Amino acid sequence: MNPVALYNHDAPISAAQQHQFDPYEMNGGSSLVIKGADYCLIASDTRQSDGYKINSRYVPKAFKLTETAVLATSGFSADGLALFKKLSQNLEWYKHAHDKVMSTPAIAQMLSNTLYYKRFFPYYTFCLLGGIDEQGRGVSYSYDPLGSYGAEPYKSVGHKNQQGVQRTDMSLDTAISIAKDAFTSASERDI
Amino acid sequence: MVTRLEQPRGGFNFDNFQRNVSLEQKGIRIPKPIKTGTTIAAIIYKDGVCLGADTRATSGPIVADKNCAKIHYLAPNIYCCGAGTAADTEFTTALISSQLELHRLTTGRQTRLSTARSMLCQMLFKYQGHVSAALIIGGYDVNGPNLYSVMPHGSVDNVPFMTMGSGSLAAMAVFERSWRKDLERQEAIDLVKDAIDAGIFNDLGSGSNVDINVIEKDKVDIYRNYYKPNERAPKEKVYKFKRGTTPILKESIKDILVITEGVEAMDIS
Repeated sequence: MNPVALYNHDAPISAAQQHQFDPYEMNGGSSLVIKGADYCLIASDTRQSDGYKINSRYVPKAFKLTETAVLATSGFSADGLALFKKLSQNLEWYKHAHDKVMSTPAIAQMLSNTLYYKRFFPYYTFCLLGGIDEQGRGVSYSYDPLGSYGAEPYKSVGHKNQQGVQRTDMSLDTAISIAKDAFTSASERDI
Repeated sequence: MVTRLEQPRGGFNFDNFQRNVSLEQKGIRIPKPIKTGTTIAAIIYKDGVCLGADTRATSGPIVADKNCAKIHYLAPNIYCCGAGTAADTEFTTALISSQLELHRLTTGRQTRLSTARSMLCQMLFKYQGHVSAALIIGGYDVNGPNLYSVMPHGSVDNVPFMTMGSGSLAAMAVFERSWRKDLERQEAIDLVKDAIDAGIFNDLGSGSNVDINVIEKDKVDIYRNYYKPNERAPKEKVYKFKRGTTPILKESIKDILVITEGVEAMDIS
């Protein structure tokens, strides 16, 4: 393509300013989940920031849904809170309708549905759901803001070069130490 | 699309602006320089000046350098804090300090702050703000202790205390609370430390440690990492891969011997 034809000489240098409402904010934050054979560990930092500003040093973004399920969020703090409220309300209704607490895998599906329900005005929230299933095993799920989810958030690619590694179950103490190290390391390099 | 070829006209040419807008619209990312989201601060006290800076350099949300130095050398009696684009502050101060060295050799006199100030602001004005260096020049010359702030577009201010960078509001709040005329040396150091500390903890663009420089008549003290409020917590686990994690697929050992026969004469025709 002729480079001269790439742009229009007669075009105005910038278009007319359009005012618009931007309902989203990015409040940052990190959350982490590690599942084990009979436990699930969920961790979050508590800073709420906006650009170079710190809104608060203590706004938790991990929420207890049931005795066996925890929701950890990041992204837009207000949406995370709204989503938690919505889920809590649905869990309450479920309890009254069925006289039992919703299982964690069922909550996982409900969270996906709740997120997709707002497909065209999404919750700007990146979710992790961790807990214990009905068999007492640790389970964990990760979501995109529209509700697409998977059950193995810890999975990584590239085991090819680690053939000598022995896969062993991790104790809860080890998981806690790794989670702490992950957060102290992240805070070294993320503003 | 209307296109045309034109004879180049005199004066400024803004064609590349439109081209860059067009390229950006087509999804081309222009490389991002490291910005030192910074807190720098300086004050004049009874016998000299005290300069301070944090040590975090950022590239967007990433901490590019946890312990960089933002107090630059200009002359034996003049130092300079820099905020803005890391490369710009680094190279403008290096360039001016080189010119000042030559200036000293021709004049045989100690460099004055006003000389450094003029050279810096004339250079920055020439570049119309595109060299994004926000500087605080501090030093001691025949006129005693002095402080100048230079903005990226080339404007200058002569002040008794000044802060700059993204953490300047936090640092200035501390100065406005506690600054007074003729502080003692240690009081001055403590105040600058507190100002930088406020930047480190309340501005996400600033972080890590506090650097301090104290300049008095014929005396400069450099306190690199004067205060370290963000020491790394010791890791609870060791993350080393055991031997054998990476499999050895094949192994061959060779003696490498390089034999060069004769030396070809260089072609100097």
